[in-house]
Amino acid sequence: MAQRRRPGRTLLGFFIGLAIAYGLVALAGTWTPTLGLDLQGGTRITLIAEGSPTEANLTEAAGIIDDRVNGSGVSEAEVTTQGSDFIVVEIPGQSRRDLVETVERQAQLRFRLVACTSLDNRCGPSGTPNQPEEPTPSDQPSGPVITPTPSAGTGGQTEDPTDPQTDGSANRAPASYGQQGGQRDGKNDGKQDGKQDGNRNGGDQEPTDSPTESPTGEPTEVPTVPEGDLGDPLIWIDSPDQASVAAFQAFECPPAGEAALVEDDPDRPLVTCDDQGVKYLLSTAMIEGTQLTGAEAGIPPQQVDWVVTLDFDGSGTETFTAISRALVDTGKQFAIVLDGQVISAPTMDGLITNGQAQISGNFNERTATSLATSLRYGSLPISFEPDPQVETVGPSLAGNQLAAGLLAGAVGLLLVMLYCLLYYRGLGLVVLASLAIAAAATYALVLLLSETANFTLSLPGIAGLIVAVGITADSFIVYFERIRDEMRDGKSMPVAVESGWARARNTCLAADAVSLLAALVLYIFATGVVKGFAFALGLSTLIDLVVFFWFTHPMVSWLAKFPFFSRGHRFSGLSAETLGIDSINLRGTVEGRA
Amino acid sequence: MGRFSRLGNDLYSGQKSIDFVGRRWLWYAVSGVVLLAAIAGLSIKGLDYGIEFTGGAEYRVSLPASSVTQDLADDVREAVADTGVEGATSPVVTTSGAEAILVQTEPLEGEDSQTVVDAILETTGASPDDLSQTELGASWGEQVAERALMGLIVFLVLVVLFIWAYFREWKMSVAALVALAHDVVITVGVYALSGFEVTPATVTGVLTILGFSLYDTVVVFDKVRENTHGGRESRRSYADAANLAVNQTLVRSINTSIVALLPVGAILYVGAVQLGSGSLKDLALALFVGMAAGVYSSVFIATPLLVHLKSNETAVKLADRRARSRKRAASDPYAGVPARVGGRAVTQTGQPAPPGVTSGPAPTRKTDRSREPSGKGRAAPRAHGPVAPSTASGRKQPSRQPRSKRGKK
Repeated sequence: MAQRRRPGRTLLGFFIGLAIAYGLVALAGTWTPTLGLDLQGGTRITLIAEGSPTEANLTEAAGIIDDRVNGSGVSEAEVTTQGSDFIVVEIPGQSRRDLVETVERQAQLRFRLVACTSLDNRCGPSGTPNQPEEPTPSDQPSGPVITPTPSAGTGGQTEDPTDPQTDGSANRAPASYGQQGGQRDGKNDGKQDGKQDGNRNGGDQEPTDSPTESPTGEPTEVPTVPEGDLGDPLIWIDSPDQASVAAFQAFECPPAGEAALVEDDPDRPLVTCDDQGVKYLLSTAMIEGTQLTGAEAGIPPQQVDWVVTLDFDGSGTETFTAISRALVDTGKQFAIVLDGQVISAPTMDGLITNGQAQISGNFNERTATSLATSLRYGSLPISFEPDPQVETVGPSLAGNQLAAGLLAGAVGLLLVMLYCLLYYRGLGLVVLASLAIAAAATYALVLLLSETANFTLSLPGIAGLIVAVGITADSFIVYFERIRDEMRDGKSMPVAVESGWARARNTCLAADAVSLLAALVLYIFATGVVKGFAFALGLSTLIDLVVFFWFTHPMVSWLAKFPFFSRGHRFSGLSAETLGIDSINLRGTVEGRA
Repeated sequence: MGRFSRLGNDLYSGQKSIDFVGRRWLWYAVSGVVLLAAIAGLSIKGLDYGIEFTGGAEYRVSLPASSVTQDLADDVREAVADTGVEGATSPVVTTSGAEAILVQTEPLEGEDSQTVVDAILETTGASPDDLSQTELGASWGEQVAERALMGLIVFLVLVVLFIWAYFREWKMSVAALVALAHDVVITVGVYALSGFEVTPATVTGVLTILGFSLYDTVVVFDKVRENTHGGRESRRSYADAANLAVNQTLVRSINTSIVALLPVGAILYVGAVQLGSGSLKDLALALFVGMAAGVYSSVFIATPLLVHLKSNETAVKLADRRARSRKRAASDPYAGVPARVGGRAVTQTGQPAPPGVTSGPAPTRKTDRSREPSGKGRAAPRAHGPVAPSTASGRKQPSRQPRSKRGKK
C-alpha cells in the first residue's frame, strides 16, 4: 500500500512548488509579462559615431552593443546601423534611459600603477588651484582598498613563504616580479633585483625627496608624456621620469564630475583624474581589458557597497599577481582606468594570486551592473558623440495583431481540448489538467524571468508558446497510447499504467533531450531573436518534462485507484470498446481484489 | 470513436497493417516530387528577404504632438501596404515619441519611393517638408547569420552523436538527418512559393521545425528499436518489425499532428486571411508546413530509409531469411509431411510412390529446404541415403521418460 500512496505525495509536492512560484511572482508584484519591442514599443537610442569610422568598425560596434543590451539574450533588443555613422539601439520598455551609459561606453579598461597623486604630493605640489586639499572620499587612507576575496586570502596564506611582508622573503619577492619585468623588457634579473631593493629601502622617504627635484615650469602641454625610461612600471612609479612629472604638474583637472579629455595610450604614462578631481600620474598599462575573462557586479559577503569583480586570463593573472606582490601593504596604489578616467585607485591590502580583482568605488547597483556589462562584452572600436538622442517608439505591430493572435491561439486550444476529450474521454481530462498546469507554470516562469532576466514576450514568443502546446500534449499522447497498448496485451489498468510509464518515460526523455539540445546550442551560439526563441523553447521543454513526471504520471496512477478507470467505464477512455478488444483484464483492480 | 479505436487495436496487433516500409519507392517518389517543386520554387521565385536582412529605407514624418497615435500608425501601415509597391508590402510603422511616425520599407527607388511617400503624406496630412528619409542598415547582418549557422552546425553534429549514442545505430542518425533536411527544404520551398517575406519570425519558425522534426523521428525510432531489439531472436524480419513499429505509433502520430497543427492552423488562418500582414502569418506558415512535413517524414521517409540502409547488414539478412522460412512454415505447417495413401507415400502428382522411395519431401523442395533453416531455426541435414522402413513395423514402442518428467502430464 505504501507504493500506492506515493502519487498523492508527488502531486502535493508539485502543487506546493507551483504555489511557491506564484508566491515569488506575488512578491515581485507584476502580474503581466513584459512585452517585446513589437508589441509595446520601447526606447530608441541613436548614437552618432565620432570621426568617420569604417563600415567594419561600425558593424563590429553594433555587434558589441547588441551583446551588451542583450546580455542574457532574452530581452530581444534591436541594434541597427544607419547610414555611415549612426547606430540605432531599440530596447523594449518605455523608460530604459538607464541603459544609455551601458550602450555608449567605449569600455577600454586598463590597469596602471600610480606614481603619485595630487593628494600625496610625492611628485611635488601640484599647484592646481582648484585642487581640494582636504581628504576627499578617494583620499588614500579612507579610499578604496583591494582585499583578497576569501579564496584568494587562503591562497595567499598558503603561499606564505613568498609573502613580501616578512623580512626573510623580502629578497625573494622582488625576484618574482623581476622575472616578470625580465619577460617584458628583456632586462637582466640581477640588475632588477638590486634596483628594486634599493627603491624599496628608500621608498618611505621618497615623497620628501622628489619635490626638490621637480621643475615646476613647462606650461600646459598636456597628458602626452615624453617617453623616458619607462622600463618596468613597478620601478618607474618610485622614480618617475622628469618629463612625466612635469606633465603631471602642468595638467589641470576639470571640475569634479566632468570627464577629463585625455588620450589613453597603453604604452605611455598617463596623467588623468578621477571623478572627484584628484589628479594621478600613472605608469604604462600593466593589464589590458582584453585580458579579462569575466566581470560581475555584486555585493561581497559582509560588505555593504557594490563592487565589480574581475577575472583575468592566464597572463593577466600572472601580471596581477606580480603587481599584488609588489604593492601589498606598501600603501602604494594602482589605478583602474576606464576610457581615460580613473574609476578607482585602491591600495593592495592582501596578496591576490588567483587573478580575481574587485573594483570598488562609488557604485550603486545600477552603475556597478552597467560597468560589469560593458566590460564583459569588450570595448568598442569607436567612440560616440556625447548626449545621444533618446526617444520613445511605439509598437511596430498593430494592436489588432496581438488580440487576433491570442484569439486564434485560444480557438486552437479549444479545438485541441475538444479533440482530446472526444478521443481520450476520461483520460482527456488528465490531458486538459496537464495542459492547464503547464500553462500556469509557464506563465509563472515568464513573469519571474521578465522580472529577473529582462525576458520579454514578443509576438513570435507568444506564438512559440502556443505551438509548444502541441509538443507538450505529445508527451501525454505517447503515454496514453502506451497504456492502451499494454492493456491490449492483456495487462490490467493499474499494471499497464506503470509498465506503460516505464516505456513512455524513456521515449519522452530521449525526444525531449533533442529539443533541449537544440535550445541549449542555439542559446549559446546565436544572438538576438534566435537567442530569445531558444530560451523559450528550452523553457517549454523543461516545463513539459516537469509536468509529465510530477503531474501527469502521479495523476494517472492515482486515477487507477478508481473503478471508473480501472474497470474500464465506457467514458473512461479505457473500456474494452474504446481499446478495440473483447474484454479488459480486471485483475488487481479494486473490485477484482475484493 | 469506436471504429478508430478498433483500427488502433488492429494496427497494434498487426492484424491490419499499412505497408510503409515495403512500398518505400512510392513514398520516395512522392517526396521527390514535392522536393523538386520546392527547389524549383526556391530557385525560380527565390526568397523575399525582409528589411531586417537587407536594410531599407526609413521615412520619418514629423507631426503635431497631439495627432501622433497608435491608430494613425496603423492607418499608415495599411495605406503603405495597399500601395502595392513591391518591397513595401509589409512596412514597419511605429510612433516615435509624441511627435513623429517612422515608416520602414525595403530599399525603394524613384517612383516607388514617391508612391509610398504620397501614401504616407495623404494618410497623415503632413506637408512634404515634414518628411525626411534615411538609409537603414540590416539588423540581421552577416554576423548574426554566421553565428546562427555555426550554432546550427554544432547542433546537427551533437544530434547525430546523441542519436547514435542513444540508439547505438549511426544509420538512425543518418535517416533522421535526411528526414530533417527533407522537412526544411519543403518548408523553405513552400515559403518561397507563398511569396511571404522572410522575417526573423520565419527564422524562428524554421528553427522550431528543426527541433520538432527530430523530436518526432526520435519517438518513432524509439518504437522501432523496441520492436527490433535483439534482432537475432526476433521472429520478424527487420523490415516487418520496423513496419509494425510505424503502424503501432501511427495513432500517436495522427493524434500528435492534429493536436500540434490545430492551434498553428488557427493562427495561420487569422494571420493570413484576416490580418493579411505582420509577422504572425510568417511564423504560422513556416510552422504549419514544417510540422506537417515533420510528422510525414518520420513515418514515410525516415523509417523506410532506415530499413533501406540496414538491409545490407548480415544480421538483418539472416533475420529476414529466418522470418521468411518461418512464415512459410506457419502458412502450411504440414508442407514437409508426405501425404500417404494406403500406407504409401504419394508424390505431389498424387501417384503412389514406387516402393522404396523415401517418405521425405518432394525432390524440388528438398534442395530448397536443405539450404534454408527449417521452421525451428535449424538447418535440416542432408539425407545420406534412403531411409529404411522401421523394424518396429508401426507397433507402439515402449518409451522411457526422464525422471523429471515422470508422473506429470
